[in-house]
Amino acid sequence: MRPDLLLKVLAKFLIPFILIFAFYVQFHGDFSPGGGFQAGVIISAAAVLYVLAFGLELAERGIPLRALQYLSSTGILLYTGVGVACLLKGGNFLDYSVLLDNDVAGQHLGIILIELGVGITVASTLTLIFFTFAHWSRHS
Amino acid sequence: MIIEWASLVCLALGGLLSMAGGLGLHRFPDFYSRLHAAGLSDTLCVALIMLGLAFQAGLTLVSVKLFLIFAFLYFTNPTASYCLGHAAWRSGLKPYRRGQES
Repeated sequence: MRPDLLLKVLAKFLIPFILIFAFYVQFHGDFSPGGGFQAGVIISAAAVLYVLAFGLELAERGIPLRALQYLSSTGILLYTGVGVACLLKGGNFLDYSVLLDNDVAGQHLGIILIELGVGITVASTLTLIFFTFAHWSRHS
Repeated sequence: MIIEWASLVCLALGGLLSMAGGLGLHRFPDFYSRLHAAGLSDTLCVALIMLGLAFQAGLTLVSVKLFLIFAFLYFTNPTASYCLGHAAWRSGLKPYRRGQES
């Protein structure tokens, strides 16, 4: 038996469940404990597990470093974009009530959008940090 | 009443096993035997504690979640122990022999 077979089988089995749990934490975050930051950390934990089991080359074939850099700025752009949209619709910065006609629905939409931005940024930034460290230890 | 007592016994046994694992972790001489103590006792300890808590919760969504946590730990815990032991062996750590400084 190859010594890394056990870890590979377990990682292949677990990573989908970890990702489902991350999305649950992300999108159920306004009714239960959770939110964008936690979901992003869980997603990047799945990425770290993938790299530990299958190696850096395969992981970078899936998500190149360039894509991670773009994603981490996309999240911040989404966050700020919601704030600016609130300004353009006549409210304060990040004042979600003006986003839709109904106050409560507007706040709901605003929270979900900025949490999505936080989640994308945290997941891609933490994965990027881990990839960079992995490269660094290989070259030195 | 019976369920209360079954829950109590399961929780107490789980706590005892966890304590035995901690004691082994503290007392054993080298890495491999410590890994053995911690890795073996933890899986059964988690199973017993989850069973005790599931007796408390009854047949509800809570016990389903407890079962999911148990299934997760049941697969990950032995794998983590295996990976730690394998990594230590590959990096050249020799097991403890009698009469050797620990």
